[in-house]
Amino acid sequence: MTGDLTPELLGTPEWTDQMVAAAGIPMHDIPFLTAGGGIGSFVTLDYLRIYGVPTSQMRVVSNIDYPWQTYEFLTRCSQIPRPERIRSDSSSRPDNLWGFPSYALEEAWKEKNPAFLWQILTEPILNDYWTPRAGTVFANLEREAKRISYWDMLVKGQVRMVRKRVGGGYFTVVTPPEGAAPTKRIIFRSRFVHIAVGYPGLKFLPDLQEFRQKYGDYQHVVNAYEPHEQVYEFLKTRPGTVVIRGGGIVASRVLQRLFDDREKLNLQTQIVHIFRTFVSGSHGPHIWMRRRGGDGWAYQGFNYPKSVWGGQLKAEMRKLEGPARAQKYKDMGGTNTPKRRRWQEQMRAGRNGGYYHAVQGTVEKVEPAQDGRLISHVRSKDGTIRQPVADYIIDCTGLEADIAEHRVFADLLQYSGAYRNPVGRLEVERHFEVKGTRNGDGALYASGSATLGGYFPGVDTFLGLQIAAQEIADDLARRGFCRKMGPLRSTSQWFKWAFNSTV
Amino acid sequence: MVPTLFGRIQTRLFLLATVGVIITLLIVPVLPGASGPIGPRYVSGFLVLASVAILGVLWEFLYHFLMQFRWEKDWPTSFGLLTLIPEGLLLFFLLRSGVASFIDPVPTAGQFWTHFVVVWICVWLTANGPMRVPFIRWRFRGGRVL
Repeated sequence: MTGDLTPELLGTPEWTDQMVAAAGIPMHDIPFLTAGGGIGSFVTLDYLRIYGVPTSQMRVVSNIDYPWQTYEFLTRCSQIPRPERIRSDSSSRPDNLWGFPSYALEEAWKEKNPAFLWQILTEPILNDYWTPRAGTVFANLEREAKRISYWDMLVKGQVRMVRKRVGGGYFTVVTPPEGAAPTKRIIFRSRFVHIAVGYPGLKFLPDLQEFRQKYGDYQHVVNAYEPHEQVYEFLKTRPGTVVIRGGGIVASRVLQRLFDDREKLNLQTQIVHIFRTFVSGSHGPHIWMRRRGGDGWAYQGFNYPKSVWGGQLKAEMRKLEGPARAQKYKDMGGTNTPKRRRWQEQMRAGRNGGYYHAVQGTVEKVEPAQDGRLISHVRSKDGTIRQPVADYIIDCTGLEADIAEHRVFADLLQYSGAYRNPVGRLEVERHFEVKGTRNGDGALYASGSATLGGYFPGVDTFLGLQIAAQEIADDLARRGFCRKMGPLRSTSQWFKWAFNSTV
Repeated sequence: MVPTLFGRIQTRLFLLATVGVIITLLIVPVLPGASGPIGPRYVSGFLVLASVAILGVLWEFLYHFLMQFRWEKDWPTSFGLLTLIPEGLLLFFLLRSGVASFIDPVPTAGQFWTHFVVVWICVWLTANGPMRVPFIRWRFRGGRVL
C-alpha cells in the first residue's frame, strides 16, 4: 500500500511540506485538530464552538464513534451501569461549560424530586455528596454533541504521531480504518494540535500479571476495568470466595455489587479484601491537613480534595515548581474513596456476619491450588502471613501505565522537545501548552491524565478537562484563533444551550 | 465555587453591590411597618447593606481560618446559607446597642430581618449557580471577580 511513513520521515524530528509530499501521503489542512475523541476532546471542541469557531476550522481524530464511548465502557465494567451514580460533583457538567443548572437541579426538575435539592443543600454534612447518574451524563453529552455538530468534525482513525512542521505548526499522522482511504496514512497540517488520548493503558499488579502469564489464566484473575461479569455469574451458581485488591472507588463499587448480589439472591459469597496501605483513622501531616479514614480506607468525596478545581489548592499548586510541586501532589494524593452511608452499612453487616474480611498486606505471589482455586501469599506489616484461597481475584487498583507506553507521547518525548513533569508525566504550561513543543505561530496542547503533575492537579476529571479546555480556548483567543468570551456573549450562549439551539 | 480568601471577599462585595443593591431598592418601600418619607428609609437600608459588606470582610477572614481545618479546603453550600445567623445577630446587636448610630432611623426587628434575610438568600442563590452564567472563569478562580 502506498502513502506510508518513510524511514526519512520517521528519523527526522521536523518535517517539511516537500518531505510529506514525497512520501505520497495525502495532506489535509485544518487549523485546529484534537486527537483522542473522548471527553477531553469533546469539552475542548465544545468550548471552542461556543467561543465562536465554526466546524470547518476544527477536526477531531478518533477511533471511537462518540465521545463517551470509552468512559461508558470503563464505568460499566467497574460496576456503574447507566442507572447508577458516578463519583462526580453536581456542577461538573461536560455538556455545559457553565455548570448551571447543575445535574442535581436537572434530575430534581425532571423527576419532580425535591429530595435531590435537600441532599445537595446538606451535602456533605448531613448527607452524602449528591452525584449524577451515569445515564444523565451520557444523555446530556449526546444532546450537546448534536447541538455543536460534533459528528461534522469527527474523522475516524488512529493518531500515530504529531511532528513539528518546518515553518510553524504541526503534522498529525493518522492511520485511517481499513478501506477508508486509498493510502496507509493520511496527514493533517495544522497550526494548533490538542492531544487528549486518555489513559496510556492499564497496568496490572505485578504479581497478578505474573500469574496470568505463567498459567495462561485470564478468567479467574481479572482487572475491574475489564469485562468480568463471569465472576458474578459464577457466584450465583455456588458459594465462592473473592479476593479484592485495592482501596479506591472501584474497590468500593465492586464490593457493592458483591454485597448487593449477596443480599438480593441470598448468596454465600465470602470476601477477602487486601489493602496494601490500610488506613485506620484520620491521617495527614498536621491539623490543617488531615483526611478522614478508617477500616482500611482513606475517605474523600471526589478523587481530589474539592479545592483543586478552583479554591485554595488550585491557587497554591499554580505557583509551584519542581520538587515542591511533587511534594504537594504527594501530600494530597493517595488512593481514596467516598464515605457513602450505604457502603458503610454493607461493610458493617459483612464484618458482623463474618463474610467480609479486610486485611493489610502485600501479596508476594499468587499460585493455583490443587483444586484449581487461587492461593494468595499475603504478608502483613506485623509479620503475619495469610494464605487466603479464592475462586476469583479482582484487581481494583487501577494502576496506570507510563505515558511513554502510548506511542503518541513516546514520539513527542523523543522527537518534539516535550519532557516530563515532576511526577513523571507530560509537562504542560498553565494554559496546557506542552512545554518545549512551541513551533512558530503554532501551539501544541495536551489535557487529561497524561498531564497529571502540572500546575493544575485535577486533570483527569470532568471539571478538570473543562478547566483545561477553558485555559486552551483563552490561549487560542490571545493568539487570535477565536474571540475571547465576555459576560454578555457567555450569557447569550448559555440561553442557546438552555433552548438547545445551535451555537 | 470553592473559595480562596480574596475570592470570598470579592464575591461578597460584588454580589452585595449588584444583587444586594437591586433587592434593597425593591424591598425597602414594602418592609413591614414602613412609614415616613422614603428617602431616609433608603439611606438607612443602604447603610445596613454597606455594614453587611464591611463587617463581612472581617467575617470572611474568620471563615477562611475555619476552612483550614477542612481537608478539602471547601466551604459547603449550607455553610454559605447558615452563616446568615451569626452575621445577622451581630449586626442586629450593633444596631440595637447604638454602636452604629450613623444608621438613623434604626430599622425595627421586622424590617431589619426581612431585609437582611431576603438579600442574603438572593445573594446565596446567585452565588450557587446563576453567577456562573456570565462569569465563566469565576468558579475556577476561587470566586475572584477581577
